[in-house]
Amino acid sequence: MPATSETASAQAIAQMAGDALEVTLTGAWQITAERPAWRQVLGAAQPGRVRLKAERVERWDTSLLLFLFEVQEWCRVTGAYCDVDALPEKIRTLLSQLAVAHETSVPFDRSESFLTAVGNASLDTVVKARAYSRFVGECVLGAVRLIRRPQKFRWRDCVHEMQQCGAMALPIVSLISFLVGVTLAYTGAIVLRQYGGDIYIADLIGLSMVREMGAVMTAVVIAGRTGAAFAATIGNMKANEEIDALESLGIPTVQFLVFPRIVALGIMMPLLTLYADALGILGGMAVALGLLRIPPAAYWTEMLTIVDLSDLWVGVIKATTFGLIIGLSGCLRGLQAERSAAGVGRAATSAVVTALLLLVIADAIYAVLFNILGW
Amino acid sequence: MAPLPSAAAPDAPVIEVENLSCAYESSVVLKDVTFQVSRGEIFFVIGGSGCGKSTLLRNLVGLHHPVGGSVKFFGVPFGAPDSAARRALLQTFGVLFQGGALWTSLTLRQNIALPLEEFTALSRREINEIAGLKLAQVGLGGFEDYFPSEISGGMRKRAGLARALALDPAVVFFDEPSAGLDPVTSRKLDELIMQVRDTFGTTIVVVSHELASIFSIADRVIMLDRVHKGIIAEGRPRELALQSRDSRVTEFLRRGDLLTTP
Repeated sequence: MPATSETASAQAIAQMAGDALEVTLTGAWQITAERPAWRQVLGAAQPGRVRLKAERVERWDTSLLLFLFEVQEWCRVTGAYCDVDALPEKIRTLLSQLAVAHETSVPFDRSESFLTAVGNASLDTVVKARAYSRFVGECVLGAVRLIRRPQKFRWRDCVHEMQQCGAMALPIVSLISFLVGVTLAYTGAIVLRQYGGDIYIADLIGLSMVREMGAVMTAVVIAGRTGAAFAATIGNMKANEEIDALESLGIPTVQFLVFPRIVALGIMMPLLTLYADALGILGGMAVALGLLRIPPAAYWTEMLTIVDLSDLWVGVIKATTFGLIIGLSGCLRGLQAERSAAGVGRAATSAVVTALLLLVIADAIYAVLFNILGW
Repeated sequence: MAPLPSAAAPDAPVIEVENLSCAYESSVVLKDVTFQVSRGEIFFVIGGSGCGKSTLLRNLVGLHHPVGGSVKFFGVPFGAPDSAARRALLQTFGVLFQGGALWTSLTLRQNIALPLEEFTALSRREINEIAGLKLAQVGLGGFEDYFPSEISGGMRKRAGLARALALDPAVVFFDEPSAGLDPVTSRKLDELIMQVRDTFGTTIVVVSHELASIFSIADRVIMLDRVHKGIIAEGRPRELALQSRDSRVTEFLRRGDLLTTP
């Protein structure tokens, strides 16, 4: 029964009787309180037999079992006989359960050799690449089906996602883009001032933002913000068997969950990128005015001499591609998530890492491609 | 068993609930609920879906704060959130949630070890021994190093019980222990509950609408009703089923032929 503060603490009193040591257990044995140590109770004695009995034990729990187990183990090692017959049956039953649990508890070895780890990682990469390809294929086939039956597209979900990944992302995109423009301008000014080419800061910022930085920085922000959210949402739906419910009804997951998100990102990413371009140029303009004393009108006129519509198209094409990559990565990792809280977390992380990796690869491919095309 | 706060009265009922009212925002779920649970009793909270069983449990274990009334454990008021009294009392509770609520990033051994590491001064070896024992007691010996995702739903629930028992609590709360389990596993869980009570004298509070469990292990039940927003019956389940004049009670308890079984 539960003890109060007045309850006597656990005690084990040892007394030699011939070659036997009689150990009397008294008081309250509680797991959260201290208990006697067998070595101290034993002292210098070397009995051939240990007899255990319980007297006035007010309450007991696993603490008492641990003490008795310690005595039994000592007896086993030294060859002494451990007599527990005087203990209540409940205690003896639990003590035997503890002994069985101790014997059957074999640590589960999850380690693997270096070669096995490398082999598994290689196979895993192939499996993941295949899964990504299959998923992209499913999406393409789904898109074809959707073009044939456009009324099946979930516009309401799509608009909701557009608001979430577009309008709601405006503050963070504004801040990042403006600061990128400021940073680029400060860095460019160091070199350009040395050659008296201050005015060319407008060309540097304009071209960098429109062709590269606007799309890339927006994609990085959206990958961290929206890609991870897609993976977490879909992963959680999988853990809650919501995806199973869709599939059991014969509703294609890709059509229901993936398309609205990918289309939303495909539409919003170019718009966000154009907005980011404008904010980046504004940041550069502010530095040009404050640091290099270049009036905004001169800055604007100079920029238009180098930035044309084809540069804008380069940024927009990249942004659309990045949007599709982020959407696909987020949705795929969500669908692949394990059905647990940790699995959902891993899916979100994996979605961001996958998206960033593919973004960089796609950006490099576009750099080469546009160079060949002369854009 | 985990020691109780020094203010605890040894002869007081384990749980005293007086005029407890629970609400979610403006929606009142329970109003003026009063009952007591004695030491070593297996006490069931029963009722239809949406009657507030789980809400009552969440209020009892401090996961939700009542809008009125009081809850005392061993004569000690549950106290305000983050109070020392509440923290001391929480160590005397064990809770088995519906799905087991195991921490998925930890193995079963680590799940059981965590409360022991937090609240005892036991060595790593002793904690491992206890984890092994607790798992063996619920029939999961040999699964110490498995992760929750690697075992079945029934096993997760049993592992959840092993974790709830880690600190040898004075009171164990069960939220729908039979939900999602087959009849055999469900019956084994009932036997486990009986075993825990008989061995340690633990007080058991079970939220359930599983008639087989109610009739086989409950010492006393209270029945909640969604419309009444409170207790509509209290007593031994068999007596309530046979003698109650309230049609809501008899309708609930007289389903099937469970009463004819011994």
